[in-house]
Amino acid sequence: MSLNIIVCAKQVMDPETPLSAFHVDEAAKRVLPAQGIPPVVNGFCENAVEAALKIKEAAGDATITIISLGNNFVMDVMKKPLSMGADQMILIQDPAAENLDALGTATVLSKAIEKIGTVDIVICGQQASDWDNAHVPLGISEMLGMACLSEARSIDLGDGTVTVASSRSDGYDVFEAPLPCLITVSNEIGEPRYPTLRGIMQASRKSPETWTLNDLDLSESDVSPVLTLSELFIPASNRQCEIIEGEDDADSGRLLALKLREEKII
Amino acid sequence: MSEIIIFAEIDGDGLHSTAGELISAGKKLAADTGNVVSAALIGGNQDLASQLISLGADKVYLANDDAIQKGVADAYLAALHKICINAEPTVVITSKTPIGRAVGPRLAYRLGSGIAQDCMDVSVDGDSGRVTATRPVYGGNAMAKFTFADKDPQVVIMRLKAFEALEPDSSRSGEVIEFELSLDDSDIKSKLVETVKEESEGVRLEDAAVIVGMGRGLGGPAPFSQLEELAKIFNGAVGASRAVCDAGWLDHSYQIGLTGKTVTPDVYITVGISGASQHMAGCSSSKNIVAINKDGDANIFKEASFGVVGDWEKVLPAFTETARELLES
Repeated sequence: MSLNIIVCAKQVMDPETPLSAFHVDEAAKRVLPAQGIPPVVNGFCENAVEAALKIKEAAGDATITIISLGNNFVMDVMKKPLSMGADQMILIQDPAAENLDALGTATVLSKAIEKIGTVDIVICGQQASDWDNAHVPLGISEMLGMACLSEARSIDLGDGTVTVASSRSDGYDVFEAPLPCLITVSNEIGEPRYPTLRGIMQASRKSPETWTLNDLDLSESDVSPVLTLSELFIPASNRQCEIIEGEDDADSGRLLALKLREEKII
Repeated sequence: MSEIIIFAEIDGDGLHSTAGELISAGKKLAADTGNVVSAALIGGNQDLASQLISLGADKVYLANDDAIQKGVADAYLAALHKICINAEPTVVITSKTPIGRAVGPRLAYRLGSGIAQDCMDVSVDGDSGRVTATRPVYGGNAMAKFTFADKDPQVVIMRLKAFEALEPDSSRSGEVIEFELSLDDSDIKSKLVETVKEESEGVRLEDAAVIVGMGRGLGGPAPFSQLEELAKIFNGAVGASRAVCDAGWLDHSYQIGLTGKTVTPDVYITVGISGASQHMAGCSSSKNIVAINKDGDANIFKEASFGVVGDWEKVLPAFTETARELLES
């Protein structure tokens, strides 16, 4: 039986954007896109794609569908999961869905998953590097009434079940849940593979489907916010760094230790 | 009277260290709203309930059920959900522990209410009387304040150590309510198959009061032993930036940052770390950051309280030697 795997992937500002290029419009409460630095697929989402591909390789027969909710999609960026080997992609884009809170986002994504039909596994990155919420996937599992296992470092598919290991501070826990199951993955699941030339060629021939809220039978009132962004700012560093200078580098090191002792830091 | 419910976790035979922290967060909100602070103690006993009261809880829901399996979020979630349906709290606070960060969000979605994750602070908005939560976003590059709309409960997940627990005071009084859970099998979909301990030498990164951070500036894996030597003086641990782990110099379990561990030591001594926001997202709550780096323009000096601009190969041995003398004297 063919397995249906869904991966949620998000387009985000490149988290490696240097601080000098990171600007906030405090009045509009939004982060301004960094000039000349293209967005990327969120790192943990790429890990999720990698996890899905590994499951597909182990299972033999599976379809991997990528879904993404966003705006101003850069197609070269968003097609990366397809070039890595995913089968198809659905982009959800709607002016009414540009500033959703997490509850609204989870509502849209779970509706989209319902529309796709029978699903065995939903895989998501554990958090997105823009808003760092780390809970939209958990919300999707609640809305779909699926089992939910979070922060996986490995996934093994059984017969109608899935086994997942999640890191703990002193080791790891192994969980088992029935399918369908939603799993969030950490970076420990493995480095995302590089797209091959063949993969890039195949992806270039695929055109993602585009859905709007209307396609999901949702109206703006279905996604009204329960949490409002009231302020957004770049924190002023209140730390004034005292640079310790000695006669030479070794002397500086010695003076640094003395200073830390004097300040009762060590 | 309306309630603020904190999810008090258990660690081994005692309360988890976050239980007292969450009570303190709850009390801060309660001071402005007049709510009582209740603790949901799931899978605990009377003794732990008394400890919660001595830490400042006004009320404890003591809830037990055979279906509760340590480490499995589903059961705690089902239990907390039942308590919330019954008590109708205005606010629920959990901690950003593995269980707390799974249970808190799922509870919010199950009840259709809002949630703020990884909060450094909470307060009550003067105009609306609703909770405002302050949290880092964009890997700590920006801070955001979120205010909850008119839907209860407002679910807040606190960063570890964001609040300090009160000193336990056994003269504090409170009420213990034995809460009947009667969980159904259908409440619990996943099960814990096994818990595997991985031996790590010395102190765990998350528990260390002093961390020595290894950066790309060290040029290779060899200097690790020197950092370890320094960490040992303080009974501390060594952590690393992503670049160091990606290069294979150290295992990913050492990684601090957005895609790694979040640490909150008293002192974080960074060596050859530039302080990329990716990294700072995991350590910006350190009480003191100390930087040793040859590039005086590096971002780490914007975050550090004390630093040396110089060649680590010369600075570090002198620093280590002096620190050892100071601590032994």
